[in-house]
Amino acid sequence: MENSVRLQMRGVCKRFGATRALNNVNFEIKPGEVHALIGENGAGKSTLMKILSGAYSPDEGEIMLEGKPFAPGNPLHSRKSGIAMIYQELNLTPHLTAEENILLGEEPSKFGWINSSKRRELAQEAIDKLNHSHLPLDKPVHLLSLAEQQVIEIARASIGSVELLIMDEPTSSLTKIDVSNLFSIIKKLRDEGTSIIYISHFLEECQEIADRYTVLRDGVTVGSGAMDEVTFSDLIHLMVGREINEIYPETPHAIGETVMEIRNLAGSRKPRSVNLKLHSGEIFGIAGLVGAGRTETVRACFGLDDVKKGSVFIHGSDKTHSYPQKRLNEGMGLLSENRKEEGLMLNRDAAENLTTTDYGRFTRWGFIDKIKQHASAKQMIDRLDIKIRELSQSVNELSGGNQQKISLGRLLHHNADIYLLDEPTRGIDIASKTQIYTIMGELAVEGKGVIFISSYLPELLGVCDTIGVMCRGVMQESRPTTEWTENEILSVAIGQQADD
Amino acid sequence: MNDRKENKLSRFSAQFPILGPVLGLVLVILLFSQTRGFLTPNNVSIILTQTVIVTIAALGMTKIIVSGGIDLSVGAVVAFTSVLGAHAVSEGLPMILVILIALIGGGLFGLINGSIIAGFKMNPFIVTLGMMGVARGASKWLGQNQTVNYDPESSINFLMNNPSQIGSNEIPLWLPPIGVVVALFMAAVISMVMNKTVFGRHIYAIGSNEATARLCGIRTELTKLKVYIFAGVLYGLAGVMQLSRLQQGDPTVAIGLELDVIAAVVIGGASLSGGTGSIFGAVIGALIMATLRNGSDQVGWPNYAQEIIIGLVIVFAVGIDRLRQRRIN
Repeated sequence: MENSVRLQMRGVCKRFGATRALNNVNFEIKPGEVHALIGENGAGKSTLMKILSGAYSPDEGEIMLEGKPFAPGNPLHSRKSGIAMIYQELNLTPHLTAEENILLGEEPSKFGWINSSKRRELAQEAIDKLNHSHLPLDKPVHLLSLAEQQVIEIARASIGSVELLIMDEPTSSLTKIDVSNLFSIIKKLRDEGTSIIYISHFLEECQEIADRYTVLRDGVTVGSGAMDEVTFSDLIHLMVGREINEIYPETPHAIGETVMEIRNLAGSRKPRSVNLKLHSGEIFGIAGLVGAGRTETVRACFGLDDVKKGSVFIHGSDKTHSYPQKRLNEGMGLLSENRKEEGLMLNRDAAENLTTTDYGRFTRWGFIDKIKQHASAKQMIDRLDIKIRELSQSVNELSGGNQQKISLGRLLHHNADIYLLDEPTRGIDIASKTQIYTIMGELAVEGKGVIFISSYLPELLGVCDTIGVMCRGVMQESRPTTEWTENEILSVAIGQQADD
Repeated sequence: MNDRKENKLSRFSAQFPILGPVLGLVLVILLFSQTRGFLTPNNVSIILTQTVIVTIAALGMTKIIVSGGIDLSVGAVVAFTSVLGAHAVSEGLPMILVILIALIGGGLFGLINGSIIAGFKMNPFIVTLGMMGVARGASKWLGQNQTVNYDPESSINFLMNNPSQIGSNEIPLWLPPIGVVVALFMAAVISMVMNKTVFGRHIYAIGSNEATARLCGIRTELTKLKVYIFAGVLYGLAGVMQLSRLQQGDPTVAIGLELDVIAAVVIGGASLSGGTGSIFGAVIGALIMATLRNGSDQVGWPNYAQEIIIGLVIVFAVGIDRLRQRRIN
């Protein structure tokens, strides 16, 4: 009866246009096993999981569930097949009670009327099973803590029969105590025969909880085996193991005086404590895992989020509390990581997007001189080599790379002194990436200060003068790039040397 | 600084969302309690009667707003169904059939609204704005641009009028008409539907987080369609009440009713972003507005003062909602 393998994936490939997101992935998990899926950002973990959940279908390769071919068509289908997924962002209906959330979509009912005592019974049973009997089932879930909400979500996943539970970065917003509670839940489920795929950047946690591991790098399975037969540094080596290519242009530039200093900066949730000094002519990279608080740091810095503690000095004077318009006047510009929703006005044209922060330059008595505006925008288009039919073309018709160059162009047009660039190269082609690195180099030559957030270590190492590493909301350490190795950055980001 | 205080307040209102509206109603009643002729049985009966149409329409609107939608076509659909009903009465159809026809007429508009909104994933604001024009035009067409009159002795008129107002009858004037009982009964039924049925709870789930609802296997589009149909049927019932109150079918009646109905639902604690709101709250909201209007009349405040006061009450109610939402996000 006992099948030795619950889920097996062999030679799975998935292409998106020219990029190979997955290129020959092999993976298998047994009943009653916790299997850590490890890899850097962009290694293909989420693509793989989206295939399992039915959001994507693979181009090649075979997937066997309980010895039978498995090709889920949609999330409901994979749920019916006993696969449940818990995403990084929780999926709950905040206004409904814990009890209602646990049984959402599977309410016990007769002729459409809910049997509330039966529902209560089932919900209680589900949380009892997770050793969390004390959870207030009557409260709307938005009144519960994040950790409690997560338990609710696991409880929901465990309703019916879940044979394979996939957890994507389940601990990224949990405290230490909550993590150990979560681990006891995972162990309990495992002992009852559930297979658990545990995706996490926190290698220590993976080592603690997982029985086996699989490492993905650039869409390929590069290693797999029993967790107790592998060392921490082996895992890191498997994750990284690649050379820095020749795509990083050399632009010699000199570092000058401090243009911005951040001291003990803390926001309402993240960051918790950030110290950094940015000099003129310096490219300062911020490394860290997703959720480490890098984006929140630059948002607080730019006056988009509240600053709860600490201070921001610009050119030596205390300018802590601010708002975006004031920051722009002070010569600071932010490039959002979220190009489509925040970074650009997608349905407006290129000229407007490029010039929107600095209309004053070609405005007379409140009227915009369109000819001057277009001339000004044209210069930027030429400088950045943006591929565009005409200036009045709306930016949603452009490719990702060209869109990103327009976002960056807006900051250049504004002629800012301090550039906060949040994932400027995400999701764009190599050629555009190289152009963006070149522009960053040119800015440094002009004596501007650039903060460069990236989840892709090779580009940080290739472009930055200094790199600071954040972990769980804290700026752990900054050093000149030459004094870092990729492995060291990764260990700090993962929190191996962290204070907690 | 007063973070903690605010937190407490919003937490409190999050757990007892209905407390605010009820307190509001008590306050309004206290405000006018000294006015002569306000707290008399006759006047109370008048206030209740004045609330019926808004209340019944608000039962449907609550469902729509809780699901995260909005419906601007209420007033026009009420006018349409009242003209439709008046025609049916003048043809000599029995009352039960008249009501049925009006309900079907309203449900039909709900079906159109719902299929466009759910089927084509179009914005409910725009769809129902368009449908507001369509229904208004249709009712004028149906009435040939005139009011539709019928025998004033028709029993349908007793729904919203005390019999002694129409003929000579011994029924005391303070006794509210049947319409009030119907409205209360419907409110009780719909409240049960919202709280005790799978359909009702799924409406809340969709309004709270549609993506999650879909992930949990709820057929969100179908549920939304049902919501709009159900609401349309209730508008049809409101149309019958409108017809009975005016004792004729008037295609230009109930202009601006949509705003009163939405206001009642929002004052009652619903959020326009969906996921919250209750039938009881909406009824209280409708009562607050009717009481304010009636009270101001009794005191002798001019019409413009009433409008300003009601406007401020709506903004205040939404302000409280905002405070509550802050906790959620």
